[in-house]
Amino acid sequence: MDSHSHSHSQVDGSFDESHDSFSNNSFNESFIELDGVEKVFDVRKKTGFMRSERREVRAVDSISFRVARGEMVGYIGPNGAGKSTTIKMLTGILTPSGGRLRVAGIDPSRERTRLARRIGVVFGQRTTLWWDLPLIDSYKLMHRMYRIPDARYRENLDRCVELLELADLLDVPVRQLSLGQRMRGDIAAALLHDPEVLYLDEPTIGLDVISKARVREFLRDLNAERGTTVLLTTHDLQDIEQLCSRVMVIDHGRLMYDGPLTGLHEVGDSERTLVVDLERELPPVEVPSARVVRVEGPRQWLAFPASESAAPLVARIAAEYPLVDLSVREPDIEAVIAKMLHSMRDTPKPPPEQAERSGRAAS
Amino acid sequence: MRARLLRFGPDALGKAGVVGSGRLYAAVAAGGFRRYATYRAATLAGVFTNTVFGVILAYTYIALWDERPHLGGYDQSQALTYVWLGQALLTTMCVMGTGFEEELIERIRTGDIAIDLYRPADLQLWWLAQDLGRALFQLLGRGLIPFVLGAWLFDLSLPASPLTWLAFLVAVALGVLVSYSFRFLVALAAFWLMDGAGITQMAWLAGVFCSGMVLPLNVFPGVLGEVVRALPWAALIQAPADVLMGEADLLGTFAFQAGWAVALLGAGRLLQVVATRRVVVQGG
Ligand SMILES: Nc1ncnc2c1ncn2[C@@H]1O[C@H](COP(=O)(O)OP(=O)(O)O)[C@@H](O)[C@H]1O
Ligand SMILES: [Mg+2]
Repeated sequence: MDSHSHSHSQVDGSFDESHDSFSNNSFNESFIELDGVEKVFDVRKKTGFMRSERREVRAVDSISFRVARGEMVGYIGPNGAGKSTTIKMLTGILTPSGGRLRVAGIDPSRERTRLARRIGVVFGQRTTLWWDLPLIDSYKLMHRMYRIPDARYRENLDRCVELLELADLLDVPVRQLSLGQRMRGDIAAALLHDPEVLYLDEPTIGLDVISKARVREFLRDLNAERGTTVLLTTHDLQDIEQLCSRVMVIDHGRLMYDGPLTGLHEVGDSERTLVVDLERELPPVEVPSARVVRVEGPRQWLAFPASESAAPLVARIAAEYPLVDLSVREPDIEAVIAKMLHSMRDTPKPPPEQAERSGRAAS
Repeated sequence: MRARLLRFGPDALGKAGVVGSGRLYAAVAAGGFRRYATYRAATLAGVFTNTVFGVILAYTYIALWDERPHLGGYDQSQALTYVWLGQALLTTMCVMGTGFEEELIERIRTGDIAIDLYRPADLQLWWLAQDLGRALFQLLGRGLIPFVLGAWLFDLSLPASPLTWLAFLVAVALGVLVSYSFRFLVALAAFWLMDGAGITQMAWLAGVFCSGMVLPLNVFPGVLGEVVRALPWAALIQAPADVLMGEADLLGTFAFQAGWAVALLGAGRLLQVVATRRVVVQGG
């Protein structure tokens, strides 16, 4: 404890000098490094009067991966898989129980405050903004808290305000903002100090379609223009499709897949749904590579492989049937993951080490 | 451990660090002030309540002091001054709670505290700055008007010397510090208790009884009186009142208040270190 706190304050004192040398470090090609990282929670459960039972929850179970500077990675998995726990360890507000973790060469839990100046975090269900005060007041606090040079602060604020369309909201107390507006406000707050990496824990949860689209577009630009590394967890497959070239799937704290999204679709063998409205009630549509899964009056639901384009299918149906309207439904992420995990369990289960390696090989 | 305890804020070392931290916490304090200033209707209602209670208490005290002149060493005019001072300082000192502590407890309960810990700012200083802003607003917005009204309606014994008023303000500031440090401790207890409501209610009861908001602590008899006058709550209303009415030894009073402030702030810092450790290892 003594040596820990000592190094802590020492590092703080020499922050200004070390900052530049760190940014230019060439040996740190992978920006985020996890080697066999674990997090075990001690959960105490009451079993009776004055009696409790201790149980260990392995929230994260020996996860290893690397993320290069400028990558945009999706981190997905069922509820309770360990996504938020991983992000908390990456920010340093949770210490790993085992393994090795580095962000920009820094051990987050040992140098939390120093790292905080270089990373941005958005927790979808929490807010950093000041509830009772106008949005702009929270930004002024960020300005002071992160010691952002004035010109830089103004430039970043202007940019965020423009791209996230916050101009009309700056003087509105945060408690009066809608969820989507608040989320945009939170994303801006996380970016004013030019973080090198942005962690987003379910940034689109509960947002309306328009807010979702705006947030995605903003993140894409941020990554493309500033080269900000982005790691995001989500339940929305479209977030991943539109943003991430790489996706990691975790389940029960273990990394089950690491690679491109298309690979995930194939592994999971998931299906999209084409909903067609015909002019009148007809027998189930017959087309190759799709099967009708439901008929309700003139409306029919067709399932087709998610990896295939819907265009030829639509063209064919339009040519042969009296088509009035149509829509395509993406598979939801739970279904994709469930299918993938299911197909993995069907095949003889590889030991965790191997599962990880084969997963990574796909990337 | 020692190094941690002494470290106030992330960059306490270095002049630039001190200036930067100063600007941050000044901004936080200004925010604290404005937060409360936005609730105008609540402030107005509060001013009204304080005035009404002041009038009721004043007539009760008049009756009491008619029966027992020089009760607790105060004459009637001093007793009335005490009443109106109590009304003016009630919300400033958060005697009955409803300060930042409820918010902090809620953040601990919901896990939002993780965000606070992740920021490059010190938890105790952050909330202290915010609470000082709040106290200043409530002194001006809620305390001043009832006090002026009281002085206009009743015969109060107020000092003529501006120095005494200045000393009074110092005593108020120290009182706010004691009040804050105590409530910070109460709030952090939420890390270990399932339900923060119980402990805030106990703190509230103790505050109402021991701060002298109902009866001056001078009036409490025997050992009970000696005990309550030695407890931290005596720093909130009794100490500033005695300073204002020239009934106190200045340095002794300031030392008493500052002593409690340092002790409670120190305890809060220790608890914060332990709590942070717990969050960081156990996830809350
Ligand atoms: N502070 C904690 N104490 C005990 N168990 C926890 C704690 N935080 C998370 N867990 C458990 O760890 C597992 C992973 O949680 P989490 O990382 O929040 O999952 P996700 O974000 O993927 O939904 C869950 O079983 C959860 O109950
Ligand atoms: Mg989560």
